[in-house]
Amino acid sequence: MEKNNLTDAHIRVSDLTMAYGDFLIQSDLDFTVRRGDIFIIMGGSGCGKSTLLRCMVGLKAPAKGSVLFHDTDFWKAAPEEQERMKRHFGILFQRGALWSSMTLAENVGLPLEEYTDLDPSAIREVAALKLALVGLAGFEDYYPNEISGGMQKRAGLARAMALDPEILFFDEPSAGLDPVSSRLLDDLILELRESLGTTIVVVTHELASIFTIGNNSVFLDPDTKTMIASGDPKVLRDQSGDPKVHNFLNRSAPGAEEDTAA
Amino acid sequence: MLEFNQSSKNTLLVKFSGDWRMSNELPSTDSFTTTLETSPAIRKIAFDSDSITDWDTGLLTFLNQLLEQCGLRNIEADRSGLPEGARRLLDLAAAVPERKGARRSEKQASRLERIGKAGIGWYAGAHEMITFIGEAVVAFGRLLRGKARFRRSDFLQIIQETGAQALPIVTLISFLIGLITAYMGAVQLQQFGAQIYVANMVALAMAREMGAMMTGIIMAGRTGAAFAAQLGSMRVNEEIDALSTLGIPPMEFLVLPRMLALMLMMPLLTLYADFMGILGGALIGITSLDLGAVEYYEQTRNSVQLKDFGMGLFKGVVFGILIAISGCLRGMQSGGSSSAVGVAATSAVVTAIVMIIVSDAILTVIYNILGI
Repeated sequence: MEKNNLTDAHIRVSDLTMAYGDFLIQSDLDFTVRRGDIFIIMGGSGCGKSTLLRCMVGLKAPAKGSVLFHDTDFWKAAPEEQERMKRHFGILFQRGALWSSMTLAENVGLPLEEYTDLDPSAIREVAALKLALVGLAGFEDYYPNEISGGMQKRAGLARAMALDPEILFFDEPSAGLDPVSSRLLDDLILELRESLGTTIVVVTHELASIFTIGNNSVFLDPDTKTMIASGDPKVLRDQSGDPKVHNFLNRSAPGAEEDTAA
Repeated sequence: MLEFNQSSKNTLLVKFSGDWRMSNELPSTDSFTTTLETSPAIRKIAFDSDSITDWDTGLLTFLNQLLEQCGLRNIEADRSGLPEGARRLLDLAAAVPERKGARRSEKQASRLERIGKAGIGWYAGAHEMITFIGEAVVAFGRLLRGKARFRRSDFLQIIQETGAQALPIVTLISFLIGLITAYMGAVQLQQFGAQIYVANMVALAMAREMGAMMTGIIMAGRTGAAFAAQLGSMRVNEEIDALSTLGIPPMEFLVLPRMLALMLMMPLLTLYADFMGILGGALIGITSLDLGAVEYYEQTRNSVQLKDFGMGLFKGVVFGILIAISGCLRGMQSGGSSSAVGVAATSAVVTAIVMIIVSDAILTVIYNILGI
């Protein structure tokens, strides 16, 4: 019912088509992310989840359609306007994507150096705080290759949070993490939403996290190359009539829906 | 290991025995094919695998080929005599039908098509390079207006890597180049008793040509490849995407300090290489041509003018720009896999060396026309 309530719509993707050259990835995507949502982009491997994320954060231009933030179309905005809009995003890349020639504190500090007037000691304070928030207090002067993959990911999150973004994007946050770290990261995501009211968009196919954190979602299908479901993943799990969505969310093999469908 | 037994008029019993593992020499399906061809009455095959002692994928691939043959000839295969595990694995392999269009066809493109594709590729490559140069110029413009964004510490680090740390190899190569030039000249000049002119030859060759050229080639292999590999692996690791999403242009943050560092360091290294080369020549002149040190020094001083060094230094700056452009361009273009980074590094070195030699030829002709 609140799906079309545009007053609290934070991101609106409308009629979006993505392609690499002639190769179509997904078409006719239409959905709304509300303020404060934890929005899950899910679907099987290779369906274009990460590409959709790249379109939403301004790394890849869509073939057609628009991505609107507060009713401003990102891809039609002037470059300066795009830069300004990007400043409200924080992105955690799949492998952290920390700048390897800088320490963790410098990684977190760089966005602050660029966009605030803080002096170096204040920047270091902020960086230390952000690192402490993700459980990396004391690691300020480590280089990314000196810490584990899970820690790199958390440091990446600290950097994504550096400018207190309005929207945080996560690309496969639990990929390559053990179940406990993955769970801790989920808790952290929930905590960020609760305490800062951040809107969060997560690309994942990890069922446990989808149900723990997600309250809204879109399901991309690689065969029909479009979205085939959207809404609260828990509701979709129990009520979706589409066998693909049902199998995905109930972790059942194709062909088994007759046995499990209510 | 393999026996055929025509149990009835239209049924062939295929009997397996012994060890059917890939490490053993397994029979081919040829004997099966010939058996089928000699008795066209066969419409059905059955299997007996009771005396198989052990089997692995070797048996499965054999069976697969055999069943394919049966399918082609419309012969029914009764699988009940196969080992239980093998039967299940064959079913599993056949469970998901081959996806249409997934198999890569090895269609040979026509010659015209390949020429056309190469032409389009060349055009696209040239276009990318010109775009890159354009962006680099814009970034320089921002630098001149004091608006470029890069970290001073990165810049100093790159200067150290491209400058100071290149000194040992530049010393060695240019000293030896000077020495070789002197030897080659000496053989000819000694015939006329004009060995003192070895000094002129070495000094002019180093100052006008070899100093810049050798430094350029060393730096292309050393620094150009390093730039391409650094930027390429940053591309693979999404670090460049991370910069763009923060609104920090990679062109300013990564490429500009590298280009600037090479532009500043190349002439310094060239000058250093000039002196090292002259020193190498002097060593030969003094030790094996019986020229006095002072005599050699005076002859060198009289033979080269400041403008000769200037010409070499200008070449050094040009080569520096070319090396930085090809290294950074190839790195930024790099694909998203680790082998793509290797390709980028190789291509950076090749591009840089080609551009160095071509531009050197052009500059030499221009110097000649200008009469300097």
